[in-house]
Amino acid sequence: MSAFFQQLINGLSIGSVYALMAVGYSLVYSIMNFSNFAHGGVIMIGAYIGFFCMTAFQLPFIPSFILAALGAGLIAVSLEKVAYSPLRKRNAPFLYFIISAMGASIFLENIVIATIGPTFRTYPEVFSRTPITLGKIAIGRLDITMFIISAISLGLLIYVIEGTKTGMAIRATSYNAKASALMGVNTDRIIFIVFALGGILAGIAGILFGMKYTVYPQIGAITIKSFIAAVFGGLGSLTGAVIGSILLGIIETFTSGYLSSQYRDLIAFGLLIFILVVRPMGIMGKITEDKA
Amino acid sequence: MDWFYVKGILILSGINLLAVLGLSLLTGFTGLFSFGHAGFMAIGAYFTATMTVKFGMPFIPALLIGGLAAAMVSLIIGKLTLNLKGDYFCIATLGFGEAIRLILDNVQYFGGARGWPGIPLDTTLINVVVINIIAIVILINLIKSRHGRNMMAVREEELASQIIGINVFKYKMIALAISAAYAGIAGGFLGHYTGFLQPKMFQLIKSTELTIIVIFGGLGSISGSVIGAVLLTALPELLRTFAKWRLVVYGATVIFIMISRPKGLMGGKEITISNIKKFFSRIFNKNKSYNEGEI
Repeated sequence: MSAFFQQLINGLSIGSVYALMAVGYSLVYSIMNFSNFAHGGVIMIGAYIGFFCMTAFQLPFIPSFILAALGAGLIAVSLEKVAYSPLRKRNAPFLYFIISAMGASIFLENIVIATIGPTFRTYPEVFSRTPITLGKIAIGRLDITMFIISAISLGLLIYVIEGTKTGMAIRATSYNAKASALMGVNTDRIIFIVFALGGILAGIAGILFGMKYTVYPQIGAITIKSFIAAVFGGLGSLTGAVIGSILLGIIETFTSGYLSSQYRDLIAFGLLIFILVVRPMGIMGKITEDKA
Repeated sequence: MDWFYVKGILILSGINLLAVLGLSLLTGFTGLFSFGHAGFMAIGAYFTATMTVKFGMPFIPALLIGGLAAAMVSLIIGKLTLNLKGDYFCIATLGFGEAIRLILDNVQYFGGARGWPGIPLDTTLINVVVINIIAIVILINLIKSRHGRNMMAVREEELASQIIGINVFKYKMIALAISAAYAGIAGGFLGHYTGFLQPKMFQLIKSTELTIIVIFGGLGSISGSVIGAVLLTALPELLRTFAKWRLVVYGATVIFIMISRPKGLMGGKEITISNIKKFFSRIFNKNKSYNEGEI
């Protein structure tokens, strides 16, 4: 039974980091109606900024963490300005956004390979590796930190979306961009904020993932998981993204724990196809016949 | 640059072109966006190799079986997912493509993730070119037929074409099956060109590459796909000298094309003799008119 709880806790901690990525992804989807494939690149940049702050500049964890989050936010915003904004001005179909995003993701990944190199790098040890034991359950300190940081960040995000005027504008824009623009919402500003928020969360996810595993240029490929999670929970729904991510994290750790870690990714993709076939709008999604 | 090197690039361009032609029918002419074509290539590649290596079949029939197998699988996928709209279909194909790769990773019969060496090197420039020409002729005839026009109608306005009595689902299915068959044959060629198969060869990046070629060449244009496939396969090879930076340039080029020339090189236009005449007469008359619209 203790193994079960341990898996559950690991799943929660991984899932909460997936949620950080899925939420950023979902935010962009809900406003702009396209899948931001370059999100992985932003996560990778966040992971690298965190890494270099901690190793090359010898900064402590908190400042590196903040710098990584802000740096990733900056990358996300500039990405929007360079790769998406011109398309948006022209009302281009969603295909072009996706291709542009893919170009951006190839660009980001390879510019890192070309300048920093393709090697795997390990973060210095911030949290001691001795786990906290509760009875028979051993919980890694890093896992707890990941969970707490993710929970706080998501809590702040929910406050911004649900509790502030800007959040109201974001919700209105996601509901109907044209009508809210007519009602005086500055859509450009909303998109800027959405990308900034998504980027900051991606940076946080990046540094957490970097600490849990290693940093390498392809680390952004992990977003595909958040992507599955977002679809699982319902594209464009933030609560859905969080629920989907947590469930996915738990399913994954259980698969690796009880079956084999080889099947982990396969189960995730199988789940994606299953969800799309059975309930394409996801767990929390609404049936949007004309929106998709 | 010796002939052997050039020949290699040409064969690779031909293989990419074959997959791109299929994707062009699906994305450019029917308006469906797939990220799973690497998966279809993988199916074709492994089926063809099984036929030649394990059953000793000659190469060309084996290729056709590979293509057929990919088409069969695509029918199942299509049945399940073609009713999904817009982004969702694209996500479903993405999931499918990755799932195929991960399944192949675990099938020890084909060597699993370690790969499958010792596949006969049957791909030659001649058979790639011949199959490509046949594929192009079939595609042109298809597009010019009533069926092709129906597909374009589906692309332009799904609801309206349904109302005038086009079976939208059927035409999406046909386009998907044909494009999967093309991708499958391309996969068969690829396996017999490298002599080695590994699930890693069919990652998401491969699907991305194919889609980028289609868009780069221009949606709804076969000549665009041809030019795109040759240019974009050759470009990274020619940039080998700055090996590290070539994909950076590639990514930047893709963004640049999207924001500056969104219809791709040849969007919606074909190179035909009458079009060439029109082009020159337009240059001499100095009244250029670019009309940019939706795809």
